[in-house]
Amino acid sequence: MTSLTAKDKDRVKTFWAQVSGKVEDIGSEAMARMLIVYPQTKTYFAHWKDVSPFSPSAKKHGITVMGGVAFAVTKIDDLKAGLLNLSELHAFTLRVDPANFKIMSHCIMVVMANMFPEDFTPQIHVAMDKFLSALALALAEKYR
Amino acid sequence: MVEWTDFERATIADIFSKMEYEVIGPAALSRCLVVYPWTQRYFGNFGNLYNAAAIIGNPMVAKHGTTILHGLDRAVKNMDNIKSEYAELSVLHSEKLHVDPDNFKLLSDCLTIVVSAKLGKEFNGEVQAAFQKFLAVVVTSLGRQYH
Repeated sequence: MTSLTAKDKDRVKTFWAQVSGKVEDIGSEAMARMLIVYPQTKTYFAHWKDVSPFSPSAKKHGITVMGGVAFAVTKIDDLKAGLLNLSELHAFTLRVDPANFKIMSHCIMVVMANMFPEDFTPQIHVAMDKFLSALALALAEKYR
Repeated sequence: MVEWTDFERATIADIFSKMEYEVIGPAALSRCLVVYPWTQRYFGNFGNLYNAAAIIGNPMVAKHGTTILHGLDRAVKNMDNIKSEYAELSVLHSEKLHVDPDNFKLLSDCLTIVVSAKLGKEFNGEVQAAFQKFLAVVVTSLGRQYH
């Protein structure tokens, strides 16, 4: 299903180990940026009291999303199987348009570059981009 | 006509006033060629693009990256007329260079990431929004004259 090479997986896992201490910060920062830069994404959070980018709800949700990404790293050898439950959640309950996965991935990578400028090299960037794309694909698996 | 807020104008002016063209340009283009390897199709005569290290160290890529980044200057100088500023360049990219306009978005994403890495904390959400809006207008204008 995925075109992630052994090298890609290695790079993702290595970089992940480097940033593991800041995963929550990455998550809430990426979430905030997504709400600011792509205001249409706020439509999914109309049920929040406070949809502002640095609200407690947004922060918490960024951490949740990033937790999902962290989980996906552990399932990198079979994302489709590993993310089955999450895919069902997104397909039947959340019904997030998959175009938004791309948006979130972009924001995550902007934050990674921002917080780890020396480590987010072009080689790591391409591996991470491929991984997040494969993740998005696995997440959309149960949509139709 | 694109509406720009004072904040957006100031942000774009600020970013480009201290832009290190010879660092950021090459970094953005080489990153694009590494992350989206199909973009290499337009650089058949650039010599060694066989792997990431070769691309990043390639002097022709570096030179061209700088050229492309300077290409944004005209938009910075005339934010209210970006569409007309790029009419000629759009024709060039379509008729002569035959570049798929989707590639403009890929390069602008890489530029955003490179600038994010360079500016750090200063490149917050609002700044990112302004920068991406600016690049989106440039990208649209460059694709405008395709037919």
